[in-house]
Amino acid sequence: MNPLILRTSVRIHLYLLTLFSFYLLIRGHNEPGGGFIAGLLTASAMVLQALAFDARYASSLVPVREQTLIGLGLLLAVGTGVASMLFGRPFLDHVFHHTFLPFLGEVELASAVVFDIGVYLVVVGVAKWTILTVATGRAGQSGPGS
Amino acid sequence: MSSLFASVMLPFILAPWVPALYRKAGRRVGFLVAVVPVSLFVYYLGFLGELGSEPVGFRLPWIPLLGVDLSFALDGFGLLFALLITGIGSLVVIYSTYYLGPREDLGKFYLYILIFMGAMLGVVTADNIVLLYIFWEITSVASFLLIGFWHTREESRWGALKAMMITVLGGFGILTAAVLLYVVGGSFELSALMENREAVLASPLYVPIVLLLLLGAFTKSAQAPFHIWLPGAMAAPTPVSAYLHSATMVKAGIFLVGRMAPLLGGTPLWYYTVSAVGAVTVFLGAFLAIRQTDLKALLAYSTVSQLGLIMPMFAAGTEVAALAGAAHILNHATFKGALFMLVGIIDHETHTRDLRRLGGLYKAMPVTAVLTGIAALSMAGVWPLNGFVSKELIFEAMLHPPFGPDVWTQAFAVLAVLGSAMTTIYCLILAHRINFGKPRYGDAEHPHDPPAGMLLGPVLLVGLVVLLGVYPYIAEGPIFNAAASGHMREEVHGHVHNVPVPGMPLAMSLIALGLGLWGYRHLESVRRAFDQVRPRVHANAVYDGILAGLDRLSRWMVRVHMTGLLRDYIAYILLVVFLGIGLAAAASGAAFDLRLDLAPMTFVEAVVIALIIAGAIAVAAFRHRLAAIVALSIVGLMVSFLYVQLRAPDLALTQLMVESISTVLILLAVRYLPPLPKEQDTARRKAADIALAAGAGALVAFLALMTNANRLFPSISQYFVENSKPLGGGSNIVNVILVDFRGVDTMGEITVLGIAALSVYALVTLRQRTRGRAERPVDDPPVAFDDPRSAARDAREGEMP
Amino acid sequence: MELAAIIAIGVLFGSGIYLLLKPRLLRVVFGSALISHAVNLLLLTSGRLKRGGAPLVGDVPAPVTDPLPQALILTAIVIGLGTTALILVLAYRIYQEKGTDDLRQLRGLEDES
Repeated sequence: MNPLILRTSVRIHLYLLTLFSFYLLIRGHNEPGGGFIAGLLTASAMVLQALAFDARYASSLVPVREQTLIGLGLLLAVGTGVASMLFGRPFLDHVFHHTFLPFLGEVELASAVVFDIGVYLVVVGVAKWTILTVATGRAGQSGPGS
Repeated sequence: MSSLFASVMLPFILAPWVPALYRKAGRRVGFLVAVVPVSLFVYYLGFLGELGSEPVGFRLPWIPLLGVDLSFALDGFGLLFALLITGIGSLVVIYSTYYLGPREDLGKFYLYILIFMGAMLGVVTADNIVLLYIFWEITSVASFLLIGFWHTREESRWGALKAMMITVLGGFGILTAAVLLYVVGGSFELSALMENREAVLASPLYVPIVLLLLLGAFTKSAQAPFHIWLPGAMAAPTPVSAYLHSATMVKAGIFLVGRMAPLLGGTPLWYYTVSAVGAVTVFLGAFLAIRQTDLKALLAYSTVSQLGLIMPMFAAGTEVAALAGAAHILNHATFKGALFMLVGIIDHETHTRDLRRLGGLYKAMPVTAVLTGIAALSMAGVWPLNGFVSKELIFEAMLHPPFGPDVWTQAFAVLAVLGSAMTTIYCLILAHRINFGKPRYGDAEHPHDPPAGMLLGPVLLVGLVVLLGVYPYIAEGPIFNAAASGHMREEVHGHVHNVPVPGMPLAMSLIALGLGLWGYRHLESVRRAFDQVRPRVHANAVYDGILAGLDRLSRWMVRVHMTGLLRDYIAYILLVVFLGIGLAAAASGAAFDLRLDLAPMTFVEAVVIALIIAGAIAVAAFRHRLAAIVALSIVGLMVSFLYVQLRAPDLALTQLMVESISTVLILLAVRYLPPLPKEQDTARRKAADIALAAGAGALVAFLALMTNANRLFPSISQYFVENSKPLGGGSNIVNVILVDFRGVDTMGEITVLGIAALSVYALVTLRQRTRGRAERPVDDPPVAFDDPRSAARDAREGEMP
Repeated sequence: MELAAIIAIGVLFGSGIYLLLKPRLLRVVFGSALISHAVNLLLLTSGRLKRGGAPLVGDVPAPVTDPLPQALILTAIVIGLGTTALILVLAYRIYQEKGTDDLRQLRGLEDES
């Protein structure tokens, strides 16, 4: 069986799903969405690729080591917390500000979104790592195991 | 008085450096360490004559939330102990450099000694019961380490464990008493509690408080029937026995009784309990001492006996008793400390402590023999040594009990006289039997007096024995009366006297001496008679029985509940939950008051819920694993759909995504697992499983119903709804809660996620490492989802019934 | 609505427990997944169902459904994924090492107690 149709459609899905996940991530503060959902959506996109091709290829689409993703995400999350402390506010106290950007109209810039991006990165990293490990039954391509 | 705090902390601060110092300085480390107790001794000497019932204090907030401060107070009573701790400590540190052999780890030894010293100083200066308890337990631990110092010996380990078990049991009593006192008196501070004495005495908790506190005191001071740990503690090096187990630590129980007496004392319960236990201990300790053949064991039981003599003095609450107790604490520390060090010397020279193999030591080591003789005679209460002075006071105090003489106090006095008579017998053994007569030097050919440094401690202590016997007035004001004042919390002006005054106390002393002399002349027959006594209940057997029983109990518990089967664990958990919920529900009849407030249900929702129910049952029922997985994902998808219906878009999205990812994960993992075999369970077992599962389901449904029907508190959600926009700057309330209001929780959660991924990775990598080392390299190809092998296996499985 | 949800919760939980009682690791995984569904729905139900719109603040103030259980459940779902992955890998590793997935044969050493 040659899953040609699957593979072709999956390629298109990849971009759509990734784009949509970014959209969900950014709008999550005001509409359904957010870091968890966006991260999981990206992960589903990777799962689709893994189904159509193989897990190694799927994970190579995210060209960052999974440990780096998780670490970076946690760092961002903690960083927003520490940043608010630097301004003399309690840990993880967020600020937001409305501003006008060309093409996008009025946009709210909230430090909470940075936190959410951290969540997103962690979820993507965890999903990538787990899927790769379970699918191949061995350590990931970037791990010391290979 | 921050210097007081510093003096307690100094040993703790210096202790960790001792092992390093030992590596640098070698065997001379003892002299360097001795600087600590000597300077502390000088520091405490500076308080002499200035302290009485009014303490000097120091306080530093520590755990204010629990009412535990680092509060210290030193009065005359504490000062007496502090002087003993640092004074005898100095002598013991110097003595032990000679006593311990070249191969002993002196670094560790002095480390423990310093820790003990600091903790003991803490006990006698603490003004907060919890603080006192903490130092108390540190002394128990230090004692454990020192008894077990020769940890390669079986008896050391056994003795150390026994001492630890018994004293820590008592410590637990003190902690409980402290908590109860807090409940009654509203504070852990001793000085604050004293203000509330009336409330404490009137409280129904008074009796448990007293009994628990006395449990601590009795165990630490080796009172009957807890005396059994002290002979076992003789497995420690002799300097330790001289220091901890005769002069200082075993007196901590006495200190506790004396310290708490102004708060808890003055009642018949307090006086009669302590006096009865003390009287029995005096008698029993002296009786058992005579039966010993090991010199250290003899001294150990004699210490038990003497402690029993002192303890009731601090429970009586009369001036003369307080004075007698204070005097005998000092006097006992001098003669018993000296005797332990001298026995150590004899052991060191003749390599035996068996008194049947010793005799005529006066010819071989005259200085040691003379010192031993003086110290032992003082213990027997012979004039004009210091033992005589304090024993007279003790007898006088016993004749003037606080609640008037009655049959009980007379019995206590008789027991004390009999105990003293037996004390005379074993003191004569120490003073006469081993020093004179036919030379028997144990394993040594020509034993001789030790070097001057080793004799320093005994000489100084015996010097005090004589000085305080001939001229006790030197210590009357600054030490005896000061200590008695500190204990009584009011100024005491008692008098000691060194000349025999005709009267009842002198008569009691003479009777005891006379009986003792007679007994010593007929020592063999007395011994034989004593050996006939075989009590049916033996405290040691009880201790061993309790330990063995605990062992059996825990083995039984492990055997019964740790079956290693998840099934059993689940069943246990469920049973407990059933019982707990059932009892709680039965206890509160309100639980059945159903005030349901229901939302309407649409047709779509009904279908979705029906599908969830069907799917759940299908997952449980299907034997074919692919079918079960399909059913599981149907349940997941339906739950996700239900979230949409229930106005939870974020949940629906998350559930949808998680469902697809986890289904793929399960499918991937299934390829590595064997197919599910045919059910082997019996029908009966299956029925039990179904019953248990159905019960659990019903229980959870019941709980859900109850939470729904009984809202005890208003929801806090309104806050989030109102403040999401103004404070969080987002209109998706769920998201704002996640990233802002409860952001710390979310951070913890993503950390957990990261750890889970790390564990998944580690589990798989671990296999590769171990395998790689074993034999073959891993050559599983990266598997695509359409792997023919797994497809074939699934096809095979599908044929199963 | 709540009553129906409660019945579903009970059935989900019961089925989950039934699977946990079984000796095969895979069925334990299924059981824990069912139990997470049950617990999530239980949380949601405890906050009352459908008492307004989705918890989004619009320009016009309107009653919304209790957002707090939703926030709790959202994290629970994601953690559930991590748990499932972990148990799966654990099961797979145990099978690799011991050659069995039967919990009755994975009871540790006899002389352990």
